Amino acid sequence: MQQDAAVQEKGKIMWTGDLRASALAAALGMGLAMTAVPTQAQEDTIKVGVLHSLSGTMAISETTLKDAMLMLIEQQNAKGGLLGKMLEPVVVDPASDWPLFAEKARELIEGEGVAATFGCWTSVSRKSVLPVFEELNSILFYPVQYEGEESQRNVFYTGAAPNQQAIPAVDYLKDQGVERWVLAGTDYVYPRTTNKILEQYLKDSGVAAEDIMINYTPFGHSDWQTIVGDIKAFGSAGKKTAVVSTINGDANVPFYKELANQGIEATDIPVVAFSVGEEELAGLDTGPLVGHLAAWNYFMSADTEANDEFIEAWHAFTGDEDRVTNDPMEAHYIGFNMWIKAVEMAGTTDADAVIDAMIGVSVPNLTGGYSAMMPNHHITKPVLIGEIQDDGQFETVYETAGLVPGDAWSDFLPDSKPLISDWRLPMNCGNFNTETGKCGSAM
Amino acid sequence: MVRVFRSLVIIAGLFQMMMLGPSYGQTSDEGTLRAEMARLAGADFDGIADVVTSLASIGDPEAAPLLRALRGGDIYWRKSDRLVVRAEKIPGRLLRLFDPLTGETLEDVKKRTIKKVKVNNTLRRSIDTALGTLTLRSPDRATRLDAAGQVFRNRDPATLPALDAALVDEADAQIAGIMRDARAAILLNDATADPAETRSAIERMVARGDPAARNILAGLDTRDPTLAAAAQDGIAAIDRSLRLWGYAQNIWQGLSLGSVLLLAAIGLAITFGVMGVINMAHGELVMIGAYTTFAVQEVIRASAPGLFDMSLFIAAPLAFLVAGLVGICIERGVVRFLYGRPLETLLATWGVSLILQQAVRSIFGPNNREVGNPSFMSGAFELGGLTITWNRLWIILFALAVFVFLLFVMKRTMLGLQMRAVTQNRAMAANMGIRTGWVDAMTFGLGAGIAGLAGVALSQIDNVSPNLGQSYIVDSFMVVVFGGAGNLWGALAGAFTLGIANKFLEPFSGAVLAKVLVLIFIILFIQKRPRGLFALKGRAVEG
Repeated sequence: MQQDAAVQEKGKIMWTGDLRASALAAALGMGLAMTAVPTQAQEDTIKVGVLHSLSGTMAISETTLKDAMLMLIEQQNAKGGLLGKMLEPVVVDPASDWPLFAEKARELIEGEGVAATFGCWTSVSRKSVLPVFEELNSILFYPVQYEGEESQRNVFYTGAAPNQQAIPAVDYLKDQGVERWVLAGTDYVYPRTTNKILEQYLKDSGVAAEDIMINYTPFGHSDWQTIVGDIKAFGSAGKKTAVVSTINGDANVPFYKELANQGIEATDIPVVAFSVGEEELAGLDTGPLVGHLAAWNYFMSADTEANDEFIEAWHAFTGDEDRVTNDPMEAHYIGFNMWIKAVEMAGTTDADAVIDAMIGVSVPNLTGGYSAMMPNHHITKPVLIGEIQDDGQFETVYETAGLVPGDAWSDFLPDSKPLISDWRLPMNCGNFNTETGKCGSAM
Repeated sequence: MVRVFRSLVIIAGLFQMMMLGPSYGQTSDEGTLRAEMARLAGADFDGIADVVTSLASIGDPEAAPLLRALRGGDIYWRKSDRLVVRAEKIPGRLLRLFDPLTGETLEDVKKRTIKKVKVNNTLRRSIDTALGTLTLRSPDRATRLDAAGQVFRNRDPATLPALDAALVDEADAQIAGIMRDARAAILLNDATADPAETRSAIERMVARGDPAARNILAGLDTRDPTLAAAAQDGIAAIDRSLRLWGYAQNIWQGLSLGSVLLLAAIGLAITFGVMGVINMAHGELVMIGAYTTFAVQEVIRASAPGLFDMSLFIAAPLAFLVAGLVGICIERGVVRFLYGRPLETLLATWGVSLILQQAVRSIFGPNNREVGNPSFMSGAFELGGLTITWNRLWIILFALAVFVFLLFVMKRTMLGLQMRAVTQNRAMAANMGIRTGWVDAMTFGLGAGIAGLAGVALSQIDNVSPNLGQSYIVDSFMVVVFGGAGNLWGALAGAFTLGIANKFLEPFSGAVLAKVLVLIFIILFIQKRPRGLFALKGRAVEG
């Protein structure tokens, strides 16, 4: 790099101007970050923490959840609040930065004194805040489907465990005659664990190793030519083939575009995805994707009165008739109502009392049934398989007969097979080993 | 149980069709069709499958519009009288109802008054088969071509009589070829077929030689050992040729990845390569180009939907201007105070990149925005064993065009001459009367504008979200450093080398490791040749 005297001279003279520019930049950035924080500070309210990224890579998914929480709190306040007090949302922005999640969680609990926190999306952000919630003994509601293998006293998992999403989806495809499987995922803990569970499950049910292809791609992968080509070749072995996709968020869009461009239709090789919902499809021309599948516990298209009301309230709250609803939003809806009910039963927002009261609480979900909190801090949910329609919605083509209870420790992984979780006395343990009879796994 | 029932229905349909024989494709009594159609109201998947099979076995092409609408998910039934209708969305959150067979308009209703007849993948497949059979003798060439392809794909033995009948009359060589392929595929799906016919069918599939043919041969279920051996030999032959085509496909995909890298990096080759500014906001300029494309498409969708295919041609110059202006603002507002201080430049432009990201997030929202592909950029065509997607082909051409444009500006225009003069010796250039500040701004603006152009192309293959730029910034620096800073040809060679290397590594090592290996390779390469592939020589280098 060349530097000559004139330029350096110029740089020195203008140093003050430069300072001013960076100050301006900093002020601008702060101004943007501040807009999300509500300014009212009432006396004698119950504070509810909302810990979702409003900037950075995860903002795409998490901003919606922040809005959903604000709506739920507003609705509860319209109904008279909780224990005679108004609820006050405290929104912070952990900016998709995992260590920052822990700092912000501490700020919420210690600084703001929130009674409960609703938040996190990625597993790594959840793992980052776990010690904080444990140390300060507060409550976290985690609304996203995840890889399981965890049960923590201070956390309530309202999203799906692998047995509430992945395994029923594979069962459905097997029923449709699929014999060859591509397990494609983004390279991080959720896809790796889920695929390990699925691989074992498929092998147990008699699928040969050469009929399973496993493929990982980096975050935000955008060049799918080779992988789609490989899938096409793998699918030309004379057996019906399907792709089970744990590809995360954004990378799905170019993946589906490449599938469509290379002429792979759902009638040839269907793709069932666990991370693609209404929100992800909103940024996509869904015409070529019709028939590809997703497994969730809720679809916006669910034909129930509760869901119609929820969607109507959502549109009114956001002032946008085109905003979609999705599965993690329903998880927050369930989790929030469970928390309200548990606090009412306990008569206090004290964490220990609420944690004990939570188990066994049952509230309506949006698909026409009830979801209950189980002793392992996971909930019961129906599992729905939907096909993508050309309007970006899912049409339910299969639904489990009853509710599926979430299993914290998978039965298809050797290490977690003997583990169970029960937060009631006398066990009061998240990873009780039935072989050794002791709390705490020897993993 | 259900499956047994379904195959019984199919067999029944087969018999019915055989008996119809030569009269196939004749019109039937409209009442029969209407009676079948009425059964769709409230039917479950098995019930609908049943209706589709009998519509196919009636063999009346009049049923085609109904089946097409059913596949598209446009068939509903009215809750009041269970009348089966086709519905289309019209403004005002209403649906307009039509008669599915005649297309006659009925009325406009609210969504709540009708219920959808749902279809799933299994049903879509049988509808495709039925449609294929019904339209094999359509007077329209494109419909027939489509139908033949459909029959080939589904290879349902029940379609054989209709296929044979259509084959007799088919005059078009291409369609007849596909029909013969389809016939062979069906015979290979039928364990009771005559061995001699099966043998010639195997030969036909081997001659076809694509993955679909391989799939059919691999699925052949026969007790005859010589036939099984022939099929195995055929598969081996196809595999051999597919492997060769695989290398060609790798090169093609490498060129395509290279063109994306080139587009992302070529603007940086100006700002970083020529001016020496470490511009961390380069990715965000690409993003601004992509959002400009989105905005242009929104305007076109709202005001002149007919022009949609032209949207990219309108977006390209606009994206160049918008990104270029933002670039000039960055240069005038921040970068010019920091020339010669690379570390501060890096930090300041990093800050600018965060501000731009959050600004876009505040204006357009954090979600992905839908940027449509114009029709000429959708789909793919086959070239021998290569699958070439149109969007990738256009992007390669676009990248090369941008490269030539940039080369022209640098070598043949006054601005280019002044740019080179200023970057080679600023003091001398200033003494010759060149306004160096103005040239700096223009150079930076040119690099930024090119980044905007890259955004237009990338909007076609990647997400348009505020994070778009971040994923390209590292790759861009990689290309410029590898190719040699300050040299456009270096960027070209660097981009294509890295693209092809990546694509040859990917099948063996996986996408994650391929990226790592490429990075390691660059680090080692830079140790050997610190100035990249094409190092600048002469006085300009000694700064």
